[in-house]
Amino acid sequence: MHSMARSAATDALAAALIDVRGVSFAYGSTPVVEDVDLTVAPREFVALVGPNGSGKSTLLRVILGALTPTRGSVRLLGRVPAELRDRWRLGYVPQRPTLAPDVPATVREIVTAGRLARSGWWRRLRDVDEQAVSHAMESVDLAELADEPVRKLSGGQQQRAFIARAFASEPELLVLDEPIAGIDAESQRRFRDSLVHLIRSHGAGVLLVSHELSAVSDVIDRVVVLKRTVQFDGPPERLVQEGVSLGVHPEDLPLWLEGLR
Amino acid sequence: MIAELPLPYPFELGFMQRALVAGLVVGLFAPLIGTFLVQKRLSLMGDGIGHVAFAGVGAGLLVGVYPLWTALAFAIVGALGVEWLRARRKAGGDLALALFFYSGIALGVVLASARGGLSVSVLGFLFGQPLTVDPAEIAVILLLGAAVVLVVVTLRRVLFAIVTDEEWSRVAGLPVRSMNALLATLTAVAVVASMQIVGILLIAALMVLPVATGQLLGRSFRGTIAVAVAVGVGSVILGLSASRIWGLAPGGAIVLVAALVFLIVAVVRHSIPGGFAVEVGGS
Repeated sequence: MHSMARSAATDALAAALIDVRGVSFAYGSTPVVEDVDLTVAPREFVALVGPNGSGKSTLLRVILGALTPTRGSVRLLGRVPAELRDRWRLGYVPQRPTLAPDVPATVREIVTAGRLARSGWWRRLRDVDEQAVSHAMESVDLAELADEPVRKLSGGQQQRAFIARAFASEPELLVLDEPIAGIDAESQRRFRDSLVHLIRSHGAGVLLVSHELSAVSDVIDRVVVLKRTVQFDGPPERLVQEGVSLGVHPEDLPLWLEGLR
Repeated sequence: MIAELPLPYPFELGFMQRALVAGLVVGLFAPLIGTFLVQKRLSLMGDGIGHVAFAGVGAGLLVGVYPLWTALAFAIVGALGVEWLRARRKAGGDLALALFFYSGIALGVVLASARGGLSVSVLGFLFGQPLTVDPAEIAVILLLGAAVVLVVVTLRRVLFAIVTDEEWSRVAGLPVRSMNALLATLTAVAVVASMQIVGILLIAALMVLPVATGQLLGRSFRGTIAVAVAVGVGSVILGLSASRIWGLAPGGAIVLVAALVFLIVAVVRHSIPGGFAVEVGGS
């Protein structure tokens, strides 16, 4: 089973957006992730799940180039992550809004920030940039709220604004860190639709790190279960059949199992 | 020389007109820089840098160098030092500021007294002497003001992205370090060039108080800057007028007007149903 997942991954390697091979990372002598393989190809929707403390966040930071792995190799859009130049090719939605709650800014201003790395941060915005910003807001259903202050929006609407910010550079790869925690069902549905739009219309790949997969369970191509090492890598249907026999305790991962049934 | 302009009382005299021009320029660029500093939770940056610059003045007087140059060197090093400590999370933004703030003013006092006591001219750097501004100083502050406005307006989008969400900006590949260093340097240059004219108190206060009002009234970041600059400029006009009419200290009068404007706006907004309360309860 594990070897099947590996060979499937090898096929996609030529064009892989994320290519993690044999990566380990330790804080001091405490190993956090060990010998992890993970790939995301264009048009692929991969979910990375695991209990708290499973190393998800650490692996994500390694992929984004904020941490250097102790062993193994990482390629992000074909480059060593810290050396990736055209970073607009990567769209990133952070775990919690890292914005202060009282920040005086409109949705449009926040989303426009997402265009800067692509348009050139020292340049004036051109029409094509304005259009990309508008399109990003439409794709998360925030067009009518474009000129509202973000601090007036609900938690779910704010999260969609951050997703639109990531969309604004028209990325080839979208990485989302726990984006749907504590978001209402309506926002979750729109969230799912906007990811599907990005994959189908723009051919992007998506890596979603989450506890909660029920909103997107029908569109995920692969689930990767991490608990220091990779416990499972394959399509969601197979995980439902084999999950528990892999030594993954259901109580560790209650939400995604529920979503996938 | 700048000729006297036919302005009405209280600005009919040359010295008042020079104070007005200097004040207006500071009233414009201080809130402009300040809006970015406040988002970074570095509201006290201007004050902290002012006190480091004060140490530079002491050092200049001690070794016989023109104090403005040593003040500028100290201020830039101090501003980059605060930024360095903050970015590496060696200390929180406010703690980093406090370290430089207290060391700076202590060093300033020690250096100035080593040469023979605190003179009136040293105190002038703290509170400024807007009414004795000469045309050369006007030229300096106009040039500086133009430079600050040009840089900030050109780079407003990237500065906005970085000061509101530094972690995301880093992942997105925006030039976080160089823009933070630029903002720190701009702050240092602005403080030092203005301090002899309007005083550390005035420049530092105008970096924060008008912005506080801007945050209450502005729906957008752009709107916040516009309100902050309007309040800064308005406070200078009202404060200088008050100081002429009632013989008050001009720097202090300007700062008090800016504080009063915030108080009035905050009270009025709070008492209007559906105003301030809705904005806070939004999420």
